[in-house]
Amino acid sequence: MATAARKAPAKSKAKSDTKLSSALSAPAPLDFDKSQELDAYRGMLLIRRFEEKAGQLYGMGFIGGFCHLYIGQEAVVTGLEMSLKDGDQMITAYRDHGHMLAMDMSPRGVMAELTGRRGGYSKGKGGSMHMFSKEKNFYGGHGIVGAQVSLGTGLAFANRYRENDNVCLTFFGDGAANQGQVYESFNMAALWKLPVIYVIENNRYAMGTAVSRASAETDFSHRGLSFKIPGIQVDGMDVRAVKAAGDMAVEWCRSGQGPMILEMQTYRYRGHSMSDPAKYRSKDEVQKMRSEHDPIEQVKARLIEKNWASEDELKAIDKEVRDIVADAADFAQTDPEPDASELWTDIVH
Amino acid sequence: MTRRTMIEAIRDAIDVSMDRDEKVVVFGEDVGFFGGVFRCTEGLQKKYGTHRCFDTPISETGIVGVAIGMGAYGLRPVAEIQFADYVYPGYDQIVSEAARLRHRSAGDFTAPLVIRMPCGGGIFGGQTHSQSPEALFTHVAGLKTVIPSNPYDAKGLLISAIEDDDPIIFLEPKRLYNGPFNGHHDQPVVPWSKHDLGETPDGHYTVPIGKAAVRREGSALTVLAYGTMVHVALTAAEETGIDAEVIDLRTLVPLDVETIVASVSKTGRCVVVHEATRTSGFGAELAAQVQERCFYHLEAPVLRVTGWDTPYPHAQEWNYFPGPDRVGRALKQAMEG
Repeated sequence: MATAARKAPAKSKAKSDTKLSSALSAPAPLDFDKSQELDAYRGMLLIRRFEEKAGQLYGMGFIGGFCHLYIGQEAVVTGLEMSLKDGDQMITAYRDHGHMLAMDMSPRGVMAELTGRRGGYSKGKGGSMHMFSKEKNFYGGHGIVGAQVSLGTGLAFANRYRENDNVCLTFFGDGAANQGQVYESFNMAALWKLPVIYVIENNRYAMGTAVSRASAETDFSHRGLSFKIPGIQVDGMDVRAVKAAGDMAVEWCRSGQGPMILEMQTYRYRGHSMSDPAKYRSKDEVQKMRSEHDPIEQVKARLIEKNWASEDELKAIDKEVRDIVADAADFAQTDPEPDASELWTDIVH
Repeated sequence: MTRRTMIEAIRDAIDVSMDRDEKVVVFGEDVGFFGGVFRCTEGLQKKYGTHRCFDTPISETGIVGVAIGMGAYGLRPVAEIQFADYVYPGYDQIVSEAARLRHRSAGDFTAPLVIRMPCGGGIFGGQTHSQSPEALFTHVAGLKTVIPSNPYDAKGLLISAIEDDDPIIFLEPKRLYNGPFNGHHDQPVVPWSKHDLGETPDGHYTVPIGKAAVRREGSALTVLAYGTMVHVALTAAEETGIDAEVIDLRTLVPLDVETIVASVSKTGRCVVVHEATRTSGFGAELAAQVQERCFYHLEAPVLRVTGWDTPYPHAQEWNYFPGPDRVGRALKQAMEG
């Protein structure tokens, strides 16, 4: 009796949820006004120039170990950040520089962490893949593929528990989407209706393995369906489409309807890390994405077409961004290395 | 005989094994098409086909679990975990299933799998690409843990591991892939092509699991080391001028106690060296073995030189890594003690 009573509402609920998720489709790209276009342009350019500089510093030996550049994927974090409000969180994997810049963390602090200096966000203890900012609600930077997904789910739980209406953007890649704990997290998030947006940055390659070689279901927006988590596929190279999807997902989460999945279809221009010669794809493929879908060029073209900015004005923005990045790079090269005693601070005894 | 890097030796061991036994299958993240992040499986998919050398999703629990199932049903899976630091999601499968299958089926089933994983630091990998988790495996009854220090051993031990009927954790010190790194990070590393132990026989040969090798004979004290630290210890002996006997354990479980006891009984002093953190590290087991078996031969306390009990650092890598200076100081201390 009791079982039947419990079953009945669950069944009817399942029906309506299934209908809901299949009815969802990606919203049309927003029309940006002039200031939005300029903000997006500047934000994406900052990430690109920062990453180019990081690549140079790596080549010069200032950055050791691992360094994963975000070049090509700038529209994803830039567009999504435009949908957030104070207190919303981000957590991601190891390709994290763009997320931190989008969350307004200081370029100096990020670059100095890459070079392992005192002024780095983790005082040189974390490096490229592991840094955080409580102040800016950035929860890292995680080096283990997929591990941050459970953490992001927990952050969303904390939001609910504290009865704020903040959402947690939990980023992971197409590769991480095959980790078991992702699905354990999906189940909990849907079960408890947690305000978490799972952003799957599908850049087509898990290091050197193309999506089709590692994933039985390559439509990642469907990955949550058996947990009744709705998902949509988004053109992650178009910052307006990203923002539209972000608005929709944020509203969904804030209104207590539980998690949502956004599959951002994007592309990384550089290798997986600095040591990856990227032999698993053709140069033509990369060139085609660059010339036809570049997120920054798209905004630039609209700004010029609508007479919202001249070439000179855009150059001035580039100059301003380059100065910020040059200052960060100078700082990251001259800031002292941490004292040896720092090895023994922030330790669990 | 061919001069091989450790990467080439490992690849050759897998190649030889796949060629001899069609039950050998090789898989992991980026292992097939890409050839492995450190290139240890390059060309094998082309040679043996996608059914024998293939990519997996990024699912360490699944990789280990699937390998156990394959092994239980007669295959000889060689699974790669891309970095030892990534093995933790698969740890439950390793401990609860692989290590216990033989016992709980009363010998009906075994888990003849090899789980290869690059380990250790020295490449600025920070806390998630530098760890030495060997003690997590040596503590588990039912697993064998192997860690070569050179191409000759890497090939011979890996072939032995693939032919073994029980689960083997095969740790590959990644800093040694291209040369015998001795801890002097500011000096160039001699490539394996110029090192005697880069010389590896072609075709099939084995190095027995459970046998240590004496890398340097000496009478003053015994150094117990494995992996990268073998080369660091040899350098420390040279630089301090102390006539140390350096033993390369090669296999941690089963441990070659006989070789250890013979050496310490002769020298009366012992220093244990490893990269991993100190507390409950494998060095603690070694020190306990030595004091239990050689107590009346000892003329000084058994010393340990290890990584610190901290997360593996980023900027402070060379303060953490127990290099030749730190090992040298311990050798001197053991001589005075």
